[in-house]
Amino acid sequence: MAVRRLADEAVQPQGFAFTPENEAWARQTIKKYPEGRQYSAVIPLLMRAQEQEGWVTRAAIEYVAEMLSMPLIRVLEVATFYTQFQLAPVGTRAHVQVCGTTPCMLRGAGDLIEVCKRKIHPEPFKTNEAGTLSWEEVECQGACVNAPMVMIFKDTYEDLTPQRLEEIIDAFEAGRGHEIKPGPQIDRFNSAPASGFTTLTDEAAILKFPPSGGGKSRRKPGEAEAASVPPSRAGRPRTGAMETDEAIRSPSPVKVSSNGEKRASVKPPKENEAEADRVAEEVEGSSRTRRHSEAPDTQNAALRSPELKKAKAPRKQTLGPESPEREAAAAAPAGNEARPKGIERPERPDDLKMISGVGPRIEGILNDLGIYTYAQIASWTKVEREWVDSYLRFKGRIEREDWVKQAEALAKGGVAEYERVFGKKPR
Amino acid sequence: MLQDKDRIFTNIYGHFDRSLKGAMARGHWDGTKALLEKGRDWIINEMKASGLRGRGGAGFPTGLKWSFMPKESDGRPHYLVVNADESEPGTCKDRDIMRHDPHTLVEGCLIAGFAMGAHTAYIYVRGEFIREREALQRAIDECYEAGFLGKNNKHGWDMDVIVHHGAGAYICGEETALLESLEGKKGQPRLKPPFPANMGLYGCPTTVNNVESIAVAPTILRRGAAWFSSFGRPNNAGTKLFCISGHVNNPCTVEEEMSIPFRELIERHCGGVRGGWDNLLAVIPGGSSVPLVPAEQIIDAPMDFDSLRELKSGLGTAAVIVMDKSTDIVKAIARLSYFYKHESCGQCTPCREGTGWMWRVMERLVRGEAHKHEIDMLLDVTKQVEGHTICALGDAAAWPIQGLIRHFRPEIERRIDEFTRNAHRAEPALIAAE
Repeated sequence: MAVRRLADEAVQPQGFAFTPENEAWARQTIKKYPEGRQYSAVIPLLMRAQEQEGWVTRAAIEYVAEMLSMPLIRVLEVATFYTQFQLAPVGTRAHVQVCGTTPCMLRGAGDLIEVCKRKIHPEPFKTNEAGTLSWEEVECQGACVNAPMVMIFKDTYEDLTPQRLEEIIDAFEAGRGHEIKPGPQIDRFNSAPASGFTTLTDEAAILKFPPSGGGKSRRKPGEAEAASVPPSRAGRPRTGAMETDEAIRSPSPVKVSSNGEKRASVKPPKENEAEADRVAEEVEGSSRTRRHSEAPDTQNAALRSPELKKAKAPRKQTLGPESPEREAAAAAPAGNEARPKGIERPERPDDLKMISGVGPRIEGILNDLGIYTYAQIASWTKVEREWVDSYLRFKGRIEREDWVKQAEALAKGGVAEYERVFGKKPR
Repeated sequence: MLQDKDRIFTNIYGHFDRSLKGAMARGHWDGTKALLEKGRDWIINEMKASGLRGRGGAGFPTGLKWSFMPKESDGRPHYLVVNADESEPGTCKDRDIMRHDPHTLVEGCLIAGFAMGAHTAYIYVRGEFIREREALQRAIDECYEAGFLGKNNKHGWDMDVIVHHGAGAYICGEETALLESLEGKKGQPRLKPPFPANMGLYGCPTTVNNVESIAVAPTILRRGAAWFSSFGRPNNAGTKLFCISGHVNNPCTVEEEMSIPFRELIERHCGGVRGGWDNLLAVIPGGSSVPLVPAEQIIDAPMDFDSLRELKSGLGTAAVIVMDKSTDIVKAIARLSYFYKHESCGQCTPCREGTGWMWRVMERLVRGEAHKHEIDMLLDVTKQVEGHTICALGDAAAWPIQGLIRHFRPEIERRIDEFTRNAHRAEPALIAAE
């Protein structure tokens, strides 16, 4: 069995909520199971959360637990047991799952893995530099007669050669993944022999009730594939950060008592609609569907309900190892107003690693915050610097290393200017 | 050879119309009401008489399994659960049923549900089969619209069919693990007894059947048990979907009659073994969990439960993995050991610890970096894992290794010799096979 843990706290977003559409879908799904058996819906719900976010965040796990009134530990068990749940961020444009089990191995899956190592990252689950691609070796995907194969998002790409896989990866990297036809990549009809049909060649022999019009029901390869299967959501489109916004109410921190898995006597707070609907300003600017005029008031947002306040206060130290204290983030000055404004990923983001003190990991976190250019960093105010500093748990490093001055120089004249100002090469 | 008119899965490649209309033109959903009117006992007896053995791997007679359900309900609902968690390496038959011929399965659910007094069927599809799940759901929606399913439907037996899915755990193909997973827990198998027929899903009487077992039922009942049992040898009746993967010229999924000789199966549908029959090394005839069979024994063997058991292997899910002489056979089995190590649920110690231990030793045997007595030690450990776990995953992890040692011991010893001979050299590149 594989040991799987939740991702590092630094990459976990602060909150999660289903989109209204997914929310409605989730309510519908819960109803498929008998009354009181809503736990059954945990796998479909987590899967939908993964589709929405790209991976299963801790906040999503907590959200699903609350939605199903299920003990958090049970949902954590499920999320860590089933290997299809990605517990850490994967490539935004494609996560290539290469089947490496014996039937695929016999037909050359090893070469496909080499391609992934070369083109994406030498190690599985690590993203490439741009954060757009990642890969992993998975166990049998159930397409053994079409080996070797990979799965990307919802579709399988079968009968691959290393060259073809390179083309497919390039296409996804360029955001053109949907143009590639799923299924066999050679001249072959699904799981039929590549040399041509050996059985079921004549429909007349098997038709018991031939259609009166004499219309042919035979399909050309690929034709109905497009008609009957909705197009793949290849490359999760960049949606706004509305759902992952920390301003949206996080699930109740109240844990159940271990005794008989009964809910703790503390009732979860009543949903505060105004609070749940509120989004951060930078999202508000970009969102056309939701308009909110309420002034943000995050000071006591999570602690508004008196029962909850009572429950939360003494429990600060007793959270489990999977839910480490997030004091740093919580202590950030006044939540959101101080958070620097983010932007959509520009065509050519600046290499933030040029700033002394920023490594690949920090760069990734900054990118998640929507920070992509030197100019953005150069324009940070003191409050914003403090916010980022505490978000990264840096204890003042931003000031000490003077990121703003570095970024100013880089924004003004790149490396040359940096050398002029600081008298040394960047990094 | 099986004629097209005798095939049950008439659209297994999906090149004909997949809609309800197309399925009905091919004879599905024909006279279903009349079948139900013949009564529960008739259906179960007919299934028993047909000699259908479960298609999920163990080969338990399907009619007998249905008869275990309580005749009268004690107030608890009965459930039919269809096991579509097809994860056995080499197997990809249920995938084609669900994406191309889903109406066989949906109709089977109605009939099987009626036969066991169940008004609800859950189909547990493995998480990776996303398009398959969508295709199946579409077929079910069509049936609801046409009034074939649901409350007060045209067939006079209320039936709801619900598609559920997993999230990538091989162990959920074990029936009690599947039930646990369906209840929203980790997929860890339950101790039996109580058997699912008494205490299954949500504590209610439940029968778990493989997709193929359910999907063939309507056609068997329509055409009669005698027709079905006319194929194959006694006790191995019927037709079967074979998935042939590995080193054949044209790997494919195909429906053939049981007991077809291996050579004929490969020649007719797969264009022969890559490099000719002399190039055949070994075959895993029933999915990763059965022991391999060397070329000379399998070539003319009939592909059915009993004859493969005589070869100390099994038909399993009829997933035929063919390996030619270019195969690194030890590595191929070591990869299976890794698979079982990865998929062990961690509940029973012999399996949790044993699968990892066996894999690590296998990896050393691939390089030859071992002592010869370790081969016997490995064999001994497999015997200790086998039969000492709640479910059959421990057995499944042990059997491929036992098969390897039984038939390819000289090859393992050769590698150890080679490694030892080169061990004094200073270069680190001591890969035995090179």
